[in-house]
Parts: sequence; structure tokens; C-alpha cells
Amino acid sequence: MAWQRKVLRVDLTKGVSEIEPLNMDWANAYLGERGLATKYLWENMDPKADAMGPDNVLIFATGPLTGTMASTSGRYAVVTKGPLTGAIACSNSGGKFGAELKFAGYDLLIIQGVSPEPVYLHIVDDSCEIVPAGELWGGTVWETEEKLKAKHQNPLLKVASIGVAGERGVRYACIINDLHRAAGRSGVGAVMGSKNLKAVAVHGTLGVSVDDPKRFMEAVRASKALLVDNDGRKELTELGTNAMIDAMQEFGGLPTRNFHEVQFEGVGNINPEAMERVTPEGHRNLLTNKACFGCTIACGRIAHIDATHFTIVNRPKYRHASGGLEYETAYAFGPLLGIDDIDALTFASFLMNEHGMDPISFGGTLASAMELYGMGVITDKDTDGVALEFGNAEALTVMAEKTGKYEGFGQTLGLGSRLLCEKYGHPELSMTVKGQEFAGYDSRALQGMGLGFATSNRGACHLKHDVFTQDMEDQTGQGKAKPCKDSQDLISMVDSTGLCLFVMSAWGVEEFQKQIDAACEGDWPVERLLEIGERIWNLERLFNLRAGLTAADDTLPKRLLEEPAPGGTAKGKVAQLDIMLPEYYQLRGWTPEGVPSNETLDRLKLQA
Amino acid sequence: MQKSLLIDPAKCTSCLQCEMACSFEHEGVFNPAKSRIKVFEFEHGLRAIPYTCTQCAEAWCMQACPVEAITKNPATGAMEVDEGTCVGCKVCTIACPFGTINYNQSTGKVIKCDLCGGDPECAKACPTGAIVYVDADWTGYQRMEAWAVKTHAEGAARGEG
Ligand code: SF4
Ligand code: SF4
Ligand code: SF4
Repeated sequence: MAWQRKVLRVDLTKGVSEIEPLNMDWANAYLGERGLATKYLWENMDPKADAMGPDNVLIFATGPLTGTMASTSGRYAVVTKGPLTGAIACSNSGGKFGAELKFAGYDLLIIQGVSPEPVYLHIVDDSCEIVPAGELWGGTVWETEEKLKAKHQNPLLKVASIGVAGERGVRYACIINDLHRAAGRSGVGAVMGSKNLKAVAVHGTLGVSVDDPKRFMEAVRASKALLVDNDGRKELTELGTNAMIDAMQEFGGLPTRNFHEVQFEGVGNINPEAMERVTPEGHRNLLTNKACFGCTIACGRIAHIDATHFTIVNRPKYRHASGGLEYETAYAFGPLLGIDDIDALTFASFLMNEHGMDPISFGGTLASAMELYGMGVITDKDTDGVALEFGNAEALTVMAEKTGKYEGFGQTLGLGSRLLCEKYGHPELSMTVKGQEFAGYDSRALQGMGLGFATSNRGACHLKHDVFTQDMEDQTGQGKAKPCKDSQDLISMVDSTGLCLFVMSAWGVEEFQKQIDAACEGDWPVERLLEIGERIWNLERLFNLRAGLTAADDTLPKRLLEEPAPGGTAKGKVAQLDIMLPEYYQLRGWTPEGVPSNETLDRLKLQA
Repeated sequence: MQKSLLIDPAKCTSCLQCEMACSFEHEGVFNPAKSRIKVFEFEHGLRAIPYTCTQCAEAWCMQACPVEAITKNPATGAMEVDEGTCVGCKVCTIACPFGTINYNQSTGKVIKCDLCGGDPECAKACPTGAIVYVDADWTGYQRMEAWAVKTHAEGAARGEG
């Protein structure tokens, strides 16, 4: 009930797959999705293994509520060791693929080894075939999905795949499902490519049942009703995630030109209002909004590019609609690069989906390259003659395509900003934590978010903690450790249910509790769920420590620690990590060296 | 009074709550593969179009069934399949011009929309109002009204009394 109690394990080296029962002790201790996959990863690989080698393990995981009528029940996670960071990678995606995997009867799909030739998986309920990828290899994500549906004469197939970026090891390649939903961060797509796995195509007909259907439906209805009238939900539906760009601009927390500035003069050309503006010629960027599976929010934007724009004027193939600007993409291609051409941003965003790349890390890497170009360290000789200047929209779209196809300077950009900046002798210009580029919140203006970036187990990431409210009220590091820790634990649990973080605008832990308790056998009080969240966070930490990371990796780039914010409400401030981090370690029950103490491990039942 | 499902694709976000509600009502599990209503997506999700049985007054499926397993529910107007009588010959699936009656491998019978006995679960689950359950004689009312409103607004703009 709720869980399918089945794991599909595929060994690509041997070319075999088998179905095994889900370890219910682990499900009871880690819930599902992010948490359960972390436990399976921990038990199935040595964290020291090369992220791109045969010993890394790639896990697709659904949660107990994935594929149910709970709102936003379409989520799944991809957990593996990340090539961008050398740390644990945990990337979460929506769309329809995750629910389909669950309907095929699986909680987890575990992929190990390396196939001797490029292959894809074709899964229909109990049947799993490992099929030669043939001409699919070398193709885009969009071509792959179309061809697989045609080949198997099954329009109901759901596909998760990689593009050339993933095949060739771009360190922030992602896995794209349903054309424009991404398990985006830390290079999970490059891991898939290193295994010679082009795609997972799945069709499921088995359905999902719950333990107490009547009580479950009552909890589902009540929780959905809370979303209906909630202002945060309304904003997501009406404006999408990009509503954040105006808030960050006003506050002065919007990283601009590789974090030289914290506000961007061109925001009015790329914000939600701009997406809805009609040009004199009658073009409007935004067409409509769409939902992931089971979602009653529908934050997704569907947009199109002006047919006369330089990016597509001679390329009619891009005149269709597709996934439009999300906040993180708008930030990473807009302010971070100093570009305010909405069509160029939208086109680059299409390219990210078509070729399977994380826009945050691509934008962050290009931003550091642009800074190096401005310093004369990178020259036209390196860039195949493209002027990598802040504000150059063509540099964005040309480099997005080159990186997606792994051509020319795109190969260097594919390294990610940490290795790129090291290569050119300026590691300090890489705006990353643990090698992963920042989401669009400046740690000098949002102190608690900065602590979260520094301590996030997968490197700089905005989705694993939530200290916004406290940060907007108070711009010091005082008292930020606790909300940071608590939100990390809560989100670790939410990420393990199969639901989307965005319901948290209207739901507290009680809403999750009621739905989990009705769906799953056994008793699931709030305390148990929160403890699971904390356990997951600590197990991720143990993975990273064993992989060789240390407290020295819980830091922020020098620019945020030493160069004061040049404007905005935090003008003159730097990130106060020195105040927050020791308090954070203490609250976590970790030693001053950032290692979970024995008491903490005992309390969380994490002792080996 | 009979009622009909009124579907407005322009409002549909393709969330599939309707498909889950339909399968849950009829099968007791969440399973879009066994839903009587199906949502089709076009152009990278630009458009989503939900599709189900319209309950024809002289239903092809009912006429074609050799064992009279399909009958009209006088209260709701729905064409209902009696599972005990259905022999799974699938002639109805050939007869229906719209494809909205389908064979179900797991039971060996056919399934189609039965309006949930007059309380459609899909309409209740739909978060956007893309599916509503309205007076069968007035499925066009909203569209007529929208045009009337437009005519009125134009008149007001011209300053007509
Ligand atoms: S809120 Fe947005 S991202 Fe989350 S499930 Fe809904 S559509 Fe997907
Ligand atoms: S009315 Fe009932 S049977 Fe018909 S499509 Fe809707 S949920 Fe399914
Ligand atoms: S529930 Fe409504 S919005 Fe969702 S897919 Fe069905 S018709 Fe569309």
C-alpha cells in the first residue's frame, strides 16, 4: 500500500534486470523518494567511487504518495554521486514520468554498471528490456522521446532521457522527462551518459492503492482546499516561479553579472509582466500554464519565441511552444549574464531542455567565463570568435547550443565554473559551493539562505532549505542556524513523499502527516516524519564525509564573504557565515569539524 | 433533469486529477490506465484536451451490443455497461465513432463513462473548472452568454443605451 514494494534493479554491465522486494525496514526509516534512494545508494556503493565510473549507482525513486490523488503527486528523485560536486546528488523532477514508473509497479529503479554499447530501457509493468539505442545516440532529448513513442507505437510511453551533453559528460547535464521537466542539478545526466544509457521509457498499468482510502481521500480533499485560497499558490499559478525576480530585485538579492551586483536594471524586460506583454507586432511570450502530474497548482509556463527574433528567424523548427522561463532560468540567463532579451532567454531555455542541461549551472559557468573574458584571460581565440561580454544575448544562445552539442568552447563550458576557473588560473571567480553554481539568491542579502547554500549536501542549491521569511525580516546572521536546520530536515522529509515543495506555501507538516498516515500502513506521527527528515540529512552528510568532503567545503566563495553588497537593502554587508556555521554544527549535534557525533548517530539510528 | 459533462479544454492544465478520480471511483486504485476519461496533450503541453463519452441518445455502442449489456440509466441518461452480462466481444468498441468505450484486459469486459451514477468524480476533482456537470439541455449556455456579454460590451462602448 502506497509503496509498490518492488525495486527494479538493472545491471548494465551484465545486461540483466531483476525485480526484488523493497526493503520495508528501510522504507519505514526513510519513507521514499529522496530518503529511501539515499539509503539504497549508501548500501550499494562506495562513496569514494568515481562519479563517472562503473561503480557509481544511479537511482530513480518515487515516493509513497507518487501517483496518488494528493496534490502534486508527480514527483520523483534521481539520486547518485554527482560529477559536478563529487558529493551526493539528489535531483527532483515533476512531469508525468515519475508517476508512470510507479504505475509500472516500482518504488525504485536502480541502475548499476556500464553498458558495453549505448542502450535504453523499455519498461512495461513487469517487463524490462535493455534495447540497443542505435541511432537514438547522438540525438536530442526531444528527438529521443518522439522516436521512442513512434518505435514502440505507444503514445502513452513516458520518457526520461539525456541529450548529447549527457552522453559527452557535460558536468551539469540533466535528465529531462516529458520534454521540459528536469532532474536538473549536479550532473545526474552525465552519470546516465557515463553508463551508456540514453533513455528510460516506461508505461505502467498497475495503479497505486493506499492503506485507508476513505481517510486518505478526506485528507487529500482538505489539503487541496487549503491550496485553493492560498496567496502563495495563486501567485505560482498566475505568475509562475518567476514572480521571485521582482521580489529579489526590490530586496537587492538578485545576483547580477557574476555577483558583482545585486540588482539588475533590465528586470522589467524579463519578469512575469514582460512575459505577458504584447509587442506592437502582436507577439506575447507567455501562452498558458501547465501542471505536472496530479498538481492543482500548475506553475509551469508554456511560452514561444517571436518568429522574427534573431535566434529563430531562420530556424522554423523552434516556432512551436515549449516550457517557458522559470525564475532560476530567468535569473541565470538574465541578471547573472546582464542580458534582458526575453526571446534570447526563452530560446536558451528551450535549448537547455532540448539538449538536457541545467540552466543554473550553465548560466553560472558562462558568467564566470564572461568575467574572465572581460579581464582578458579568455580571448576570442578560446571562444571561437564569440565576444563573451556581459549583456551579449548572442553569446548566450550560441554558447548554449555549442555546449549542448559539445562543440568548440562549449566543451570548456561543459566543465562547470569550478574547473573552468581553475583552468584559467582564477578559482576565486567561480561562484559555487562544492562545485555547484548558485541559485538566484545573494547570500549577502539573504544570510540564512547563505548558510543553507554553504551546508547543502549537494552544493549550492535553493531547494533544500527555506529561510526566506526570516531573511527578509532580519538581514543579519543572528538566529538563522535554527530555521535553516529545521527547514532542511522538513524539506528532506517532503522530498521523500513524492510531492512538490511548492505545496508548502499552504501546507504545514500536519497536511503531509495526515496524507502519509492514511496512505501508509503503520503510525506516522509528525515527530516520526521530522526525525526521518533529520536522518536523511545526516545520512547524506555521512555519504559526503566518506566521499572525502570536509567542513572546509561548507563555505561560500570569497566574493560573498569579503566583497560587501554594492547596493540593495543589504548594502555594505557580507555573508556572516562565521557567526552562523558554528551554531549550525552545534544544533545539528555535529563536532566542530562538522562530523555527526556518536550521540547524534545513535539518536537517529544511523550507527553501522 | 439530466445533466451532462461540459469540458472546456482551454482551462485544462493536464494535471490528470480527473483520470485518477475516475479510476479510483471505478477500480479503487489510482490508475490512469483504467480511466474512462483521457487527457491528450499537444505541442509540448501547449494544449490539453480531455475526452470522454458524451452519452449519445441513440448510442452506437448500445445498438451494437449483441447481448444487451449496455442500457440507458433513465435517471442520468448514461449508457451503462452491465459487467455481469458483457461477454467482452468488443463490438461496441468498433461501433463507437468516438473511441470512448474500451476493452479492459484485467476483467475481460468493456469500460466506459457512466457519469458515476450522477455524481461525476472527474468534475469534482478538476481544480480548474475544465470539467463541469451541467443541465444537459444547456451545455451551450456559457458560450452563448460569453458572446452576449461581448455584444453588450461593444454596445456599451458605442454609447448605446
Ligand atoms: S507546483 Fe509546479 S513544479 Fe510543483 S508539481 Fe505543480 S506544476 Fe510541477
Ligand atoms: S463521469 Fe465518472 S465515469 Fe465518467 S469520466 Fe467522469 S469520473 Fe469517469
Ligand atoms: S482534472 Fe481538469 S485540469 Fe486536470 S487534467 Fe482533468 S480536465 Fe484537465
